[in-house]
Amino acid sequence: MAKVLVFIDTPGPALKKSSLELLTIARSLGEAAVAFNGELHDDVAAELAAYGAGELYIPAAADLNDYLVGPKAAFLAAAVGTSGATVVLAENSAEGKEVAARLGIKLGAGVITDVVAVDPDGTAHKSVLAGSYTTTARATTPVAVLSVKANSVAPEPAATATAPRPVTVELPADATAGAARVTARTEKAASGRPDLSEARIVVAGGRGVDGNFGPLEDLADALGAAIGASRAATDAGWIGHDAQIGQTGKTVSPQLYISAGISGAIQQKAGMQTAKVIVAVNKDAESPVFEIADFGIVGDLFQVLPQATEEIKKRKG
Amino acid sequence: MEETLKIIVLVKHVPDAQFDRHLGGGDNTTDRSESILSELDEYALEAALQLIEARGGEAAGNKVIALSMGPAGAVNAVKKSLQIGATEGVHLSDDALAGSDAAATSLALAAAIRHLGADAPADLILTGMASTDGETSLVPAQLAERLGLPQVTFAASLELDGGKLTARRDGDSHADTVEATLPALVSVTDQINDPRYPNFKGIMAAKKKTITALTLPDIGVEPGQVGHAGSWTAVETAEARPPRTAGTIITDEGDAGLRLVEFLAAQKLL
Ligand SMILES: Cc1cc2nc3c(=O)[nH]c(=O)nc-3n(C[C@H](O)[C@H](O)[C@H](O)COP(=O)(O)OP(=O)(O)OC[C@H]3O[C@@H](n4cnc5c(N)ncnc54)[C@H](O)[C@@H]3O)c2cc1C
Ligand SMILES: Nc1ncnc2c1ncn2[C@@H]1O[C@H](COP(=O)(O)O)[C@@H](O)[C@H]1O
Repeated sequence: MAKVLVFIDTPGPALKKSSLELLTIARSLGEAAVAFNGELHDDVAAELAAYGAGELYIPAAADLNDYLVGPKAAFLAAAVGTSGATVVLAENSAEGKEVAARLGIKLGAGVITDVVAVDPDGTAHKSVLAGSYTTTARATTPVAVLSVKANSVAPEPAATATAPRPVTVELPADATAGAARVTARTEKAASGRPDLSEARIVVAGGRGVDGNFGPLEDLADALGAAIGASRAATDAGWIGHDAQIGQTGKTVSPQLYISAGISGAIQQKAGMQTAKVIVAVNKDAESPVFEIADFGIVGDLFQVLPQATEEIKKRKG
Repeated sequence: MEETLKIIVLVKHVPDAQFDRHLGGGDNTTDRSESILSELDEYALEAALQLIEARGGEAAGNKVIALSMGPAGAVNAVKKSLQIGATEGVHLSDDALAGSDAAATSLALAAAIRHLGADAPADLILTGMASTDGETSLVPAQLAERLGLPQVTFAASLELDGGKLTARRDGDSHADTVEATLPALVSVTDQINDPRYPNFKGIMAAKKKTITALTLPDIGVEPGQVGHAGSWTAVETAEARPPRTAGTIITDEGDAGLRLVEFLAAQKLL
């Protein structure tokens, strides 16, 4: 049976939902193993066992986070060598994709990014050109490296839990030579809302919010949603750049995307038009966002959103 | 170190996203008929120009080389780069390159970069954060790996001091300051600067600038190492998604918030 290696990088005290999804996919393809970087908290170890990880490959060096990308790819290449894995699954974040990219060159392995489903025979499904095409692709090499988008499968624990066997992986002596060093790191405060890439519902605001995300935050809290933004809103400094959705921000595919005060430029659409249901609130009936909205409201977001929030609260009692 | 700077900027010719884009032909590759310089590469070009201008520009012996790999039309991305201000251009083109995936693209670009550095290696390779068609962001990391250069990707700021480079990288859970020594590979985001437009003077000056055409034999790459044959991934099927169509549009008459909630309830989204 194929050995499938899941890369989990510095999860902190609990695994992200996307990591649980990768483990679930790994088991559907073969025997799941984990290449783990960072501090291993007890709860994380328990989750890895519940999700059926056979082995836990851990780098002999503890300083991988002091460098950008290169040394992590060197660790992963060594872990593939030790484990004999033929499929590697990584998170579809910017760094996850870059580690996958370099790993591909080290192993002579095909890399496929933005994967939304993997068939048991290794065929990867993805959508390209801003969601206008769906494609299937395969790595034609002995090892395949796939980065998988969040919300691709429902996470499911293994039928029987495992007791993951720790295996220490030595890094090549030159693993950190010539790598860019991280000399300072500022952690960002957690919002308490769902992670934007993983959220079922996203409420996004643009220039139309005019500096006041309050009504969007209230609606997001009533719906259990994440907050997103257009570039106009992040450039204005009303909200952090990590909230930006679009070509140069995040690509999201939630069940519901509520767009408020966003005109719907092509670069914004690139990040959200694969959402299942799109709702748009905009004062201007001519806004291009209405061309892709399932439910569009021509109106003032400062009237419409608070009224909706009140009604949702009332219904939820 | 760093008496003069030699910077290679990678510029890609991509289908204009303002028009419908298609996967054409029998091989599921992108149709490039309505194409432009990838707008995200303009940020890399601008960063390169600012770096050399701060060091006396071309007059002081600094140069910015715009390199594009792609079919005949890709020379337009090089021309546009020259109009914006690049010193010289290079167009790598060969029929065997058609259908190259990221691995094959990075192999060819790495060979071209080595070729261009034969007399004096470049101090800096600058790229965009992603191509606006492939959107994979694989090429910069793969180039760094192939060239054995420090990788400084998604730079939202970039400073050079002697042979040392400092960049800011804005991640989801943290923002980092990153340092590396030259030579290095840097990809920049659209946060780094405001790209300039070509002006009349630039357009006229570009006509006198050199564009070097390279083919695979020039850079020592065999046809089988690139294109479909040299790619490690294959696209098997491609299906156009039906375009999204507009649904119900209402105008607020004082109750739109309530109607929104009714819609969400009907869709079982509450
Ligand atoms: C290289 C590049 C990359 C880019 N990447 C991205 C990206 O990743 N993401 C992104 O979003 N953009 C991106 N952009 C920018 C994009 O082109 C648009 O400029 C941007 O999306 C516009 O943001 P907006 O819709 O919020 O602002 P605007 O276009 O100004 O629209 C504001 C809208 O708010 C409406 N409005 C105003 N007041 C109200 C109110 N009270 N109630 C309801 N509606 C109201 C107006 O009618 C208008 O339609 C990029 C651009 C470039 C060149
Ligand atoms: N064919 C190409 N020619 C020149 N540069 C390229 C090419 N493909 C990719 N690049 C560079 O690599 C960056 C990232 O591209 P990608 O990995 O395709 O998303 C682009 O912004 C370009 O700077």
